[in-house]
Amino acid sequence: MNFSESFKLSGLLCRFSPDGKYLASCVQYRLVIRDVTTLQILQLYTCLDQIQHIEWSADSLFILCAMYRRGLVQVWSLEQPEWHCKIDEGSAGLVASCWSPDGRHILNTTEFHLRITVWSLCTKSVSYIKYPKACQQGLTFTRDGRYLALAERRDCRDYVSIFVCSDWQLLRHFDTDTQDLTGIEWAPNGCVLAAWDTCLEYKVLLYSLDGRLLSAYCAYEWSLGIKSVAWSPSSQFLAIGSYDGKVRLLNHVTWKMITEFGHPATINNPKTVVYKEAEKSPLLGLGHLSFPPPRAMAGALSTSESKYEIASGPVSLQTLKPVADRANPRMGVGMLAFSSDSYFLASRNDNVPNAVWIWDIQKLKLFVVLEHMSPVRSFQWDPQQPRLAICTGGSKVYLWSPAGCVSVQVPGEGDFPVLGLCWHLSGDSLALLSKDHFCLCFLETKERVGTAYEQRDGMPRT
Amino acid sequence: MGDWMTVTDPVLCTENKNLSQYTSETKMSPSSLYSQQVLCSSVPLSKNVHGVFGVFCTGENIEQSISYLDQELTTFGFPSLYEESKSKEAKRELNIVAVLNCMNELLVLQRKNLLAQESVETQNLKLGSDMDHLQSCYAKLKEQLETSRREMIGLQERDRQLQCKNRSLHQLLKNEKDEVQKLQNIIASRATQYNHDVKRKEREYNKLKERLHQLVMNKKDKNIAMDVLNYVGRADGKRGSWRTDKTEARNEDEMYKILLNDYEYRQKQILMENAELKKVLQQMKKEMISLLSPQKKKPRERAEDGTGTVAISDIEDDSGELSRDSVWGLSCDTVREQLTNSIRKQWRILKSHVEKLDNQASKVHSEGLNEEDVISRQDHEQETEKLELEIERCKEMIKAQQQLLQQQLATTCDDDTTSLLRDCYLLEEKERLKEEWTLFKEQKKNFERERRSFTEAAIRLGLERKAFEEERASWVKQQFLNMTNFDHQNSENVKLFSAFSGSSDPDNLIVHSRPRQKKLHSVANGVPACTSKLTKSLPASPSTSDFRQTHSCVSEHSSISVLNITPEESKPSEVARESTDQKWSVQSRPSSREGCYSGCSSAFRSAHGDRDDLP
Repeated sequence: MNFSESFKLSGLLCRFSPDGKYLASCVQYRLVIRDVTTLQILQLYTCLDQIQHIEWSADSLFILCAMYRRGLVQVWSLEQPEWHCKIDEGSAGLVASCWSPDGRHILNTTEFHLRITVWSLCTKSVSYIKYPKACQQGLTFTRDGRYLALAERRDCRDYVSIFVCSDWQLLRHFDTDTQDLTGIEWAPNGCVLAAWDTCLEYKVLLYSLDGRLLSAYCAYEWSLGIKSVAWSPSSQFLAIGSYDGKVRLLNHVTWKMITEFGHPATINNPKTVVYKEAEKSPLLGLGHLSFPPPRAMAGALSTSESKYEIASGPVSLQTLKPVADRANPRMGVGMLAFSSDSYFLASRNDNVPNAVWIWDIQKLKLFVVLEHMSPVRSFQWDPQQPRLAICTGGSKVYLWSPAGCVSVQVPGEGDFPVLGLCWHLSGDSLALLSKDHFCLCFLETKERVGTAYEQRDGMPRT
Repeated sequence: MGDWMTVTDPVLCTENKNLSQYTSETKMSPSSLYSQQVLCSSVPLSKNVHGVFGVFCTGENIEQSISYLDQELTTFGFPSLYEESKSKEAKRELNIVAVLNCMNELLVLQRKNLLAQESVETQNLKLGSDMDHLQSCYAKLKEQLETSRREMIGLQERDRQLQCKNRSLHQLLKNEKDEVQKLQNIIASRATQYNHDVKRKEREYNKLKERLHQLVMNKKDKNIAMDVLNYVGRADGKRGSWRTDKTEARNEDEMYKILLNDYEYRQKQILMENAELKKVLQQMKKEMISLLSPQKKKPRERAEDGTGTVAISDIEDDSGELSRDSVWGLSCDTVREQLTNSIRKQWRILKSHVEKLDNQASKVHSEGLNEEDVISRQDHEQETEKLELEIERCKEMIKAQQQLLQQQLATTCDDDTTSLLRDCYLLEEKERLKEEWTLFKEQKKNFERERRSFTEAAIRLGLERKAFEEERASWVKQQFLNMTNFDHQNSENVKLFSAFSGSSDPDNLIVHSRPRQKKLHSVANGVPACTSKLTKSLPASPSTSDFRQTHSCVSEHSSISVLNITPEESKPSEVARESTDQKWSVQSRPSSREGCYSGCSSAFRSAHGDRDDLP
């Protein structure tokens, strides 16, 4: 495994282009486009203010940079560096901006969710969509980019509107039987829309593309409900993580629950492999210890190397006691992700923050539990194969595959607290993001790896 | 101390009664009576009375006292102290004898009384102690009663308290329930209020949003604008189309097309899955049929008693076999039902069969388990025991056979039968005997030769002796004067030698025949005992009388006959047949003979059984 040198970054804004050729990263108000293979800077754009959000268009030709504070969106073209586009939302303000799947329209959500403005790059035409609902995930495109589903709120009732993206025509408009709709998500096949209610009520509604209610599912009542939802890439399963620390899988035929995955704090089943991160015996010299006195103390865990050990017998995981009298308690399954081949499901129970559960979907059983020394910040599946990358905010990146798992120290002196990560389309490389730097991690030691990049083991960081 | 009423002795009681009667009449002690009398008689004996108040009799009042005593005694039923006078005028004489008798009686009475008193006193004491005990018991019980009463009161008190508590708790619970109810109501009302407020707020918020929208959007805000260098072309290269009904219809069409595609895709998938499942089902069914068909015959026989489904399903299979392919192609409800039914039936059969097998297997397994660790030893032991028994039986049989042979021998009592008996021995033995016989003959020859040589030697010796004697005579004659001792010694030596030479032949013979003789003796010894018993128990049966004869003969002949046996004479087959006949005859009468002959008969029976078992 090789690492690139680290580059400056701000706001964790680093994205691979959808075609996998480019890498966009932001440093304050500058947008840097690099070639993924050589990491050489191809373009450098300067925006009007500090960039808060970037997004590639689906055809990788454009990139938008949103500056919410200024209510500004700037769009850059890779093909024509001189081409520029600036969208000013003015006094209406801006809270979200995204591309439409065709890469020629930009959807800007104004402050207070007054409306969504659809700006076209092809024509002068501007469309408005009124009454968007201010919720966690109120806007979702089908994977083929044909349809947009939008959660709306009118007269204290929740609605879902389905638009045709090609001409922004309203296709369907129906009300959902929810108290306070929190999120909607298309199935990957684009034919089923899952809508779930606020956490106060456990309710999942499944709608067909034509607005028919296919099914409604409620696991229990009176307690805090759904926290996270994920479709399997095959559209076969809908995984629902809830505040009771369970993941429920619904099937796509009857929309009934197939199974329930509990996240107990102790793992008794001997068939489940539990990997526990353990500190390697410190090989640090005395001089090394004294060198970075304050930061080493702060990040003592992250600087020391670690490895996974297979824990045997009943394993009890570290748990947090959630504060019951506060809003948004740290409990329940808050992170869910299916592997690209739908064979595995990774989940994190928020009151066992150090652990990642990996479930075997073929056998519908718990497969592996990875317990780390610090809380898991995020994880992401390799887009090509069942391989999970995890980061915990330490200077290590953790990789799991059915063959085993490994903890890798990000090389270089000082800390590289990995706060986020994102996979390259090919699954060959992985961008590791820290607060002010990022680097690439090359996983496949193919012939091309050695060509352009120096190995960063022990090299001083620029 | 004593309370006369409490005295329980019946004798004493009656006596007392009498006494009391008497005393009631007299009412006073003698001394007091005396004073009364004195008063009555009005004799001025004040001085005496005063002086001799304690003394009953003084010199002066003998007569009076006697009369008084007499009176008293007569009242008490004693005979009078005076002699009975013939005449009333005559002065009554004091009867000393009567006085003494009275005194004696009185003394006896006194002693009795004293004894009674003593016993009464002891009784009294006993009773007193009893009473004490009872009193203490009573006190104790009273105390106990008191404590228990107090306890009861305490418990009652506690019970009351608990009841009070319970009541209060109930009250509290009720209150709590009420409280909960109230709170629930409050919550519900608050929730509704909250919801209402939220809605109101939202409405206001919406109004505000609307207003804001109007304010922000409608005003020609120069800021809200897009500044583009030049418009880019669409990704698909087409120009944007106008929104019309047509496009709307097209969009609908497209949507339905997508949905249709999806459904078609899913249907295809389901069909594929179905096909696969059907394939599996078919295969399974085929295998089931093939699995069940070999047992078709057996189960069918078995099926008579209950599981007639086998036959039915088989028939169904047979009939359905042809239309199977078409059945798979179709999938209408009726066919499906049929299919599922038949499969269900087959499955049931299979299940029952497997269960049966399981049961069998478990049985076998459990048995196997026992065999594996326990029975090995037990079996061994049993087997060895059995074998030992068999050996015993065989021995007995052999014995019996020998016996029978002896009988046979005895009945015929001929040399022929004896020779036949010889043949009863095993061939080996015969061989051995032959060998021995030849050896014996050889030895005999040798012995005879030796004998001859001995006799010759003896003759020679005799001659020599004669010569020697002649020599001696001459020598004696010659040395008649010298010595005579050596001559005597010589004569003794010659005697010994001659004795040896004479008895050598029969001695050797005996030595050689001894082992055989011994064996036969042991057999023969057994037989007579049996026969003697037999004769006692069954004197009338002819065969037993035969036995008796034979056995007596055997006992006589056993030792002799063996020695007389000649190996040349042998008719084994005949002997064997006869012996078996004998066996049968013996066995046919087990009832009365069992007591004495059980060993033999059992041996025979077993032998018989063995023979039956043999092919």
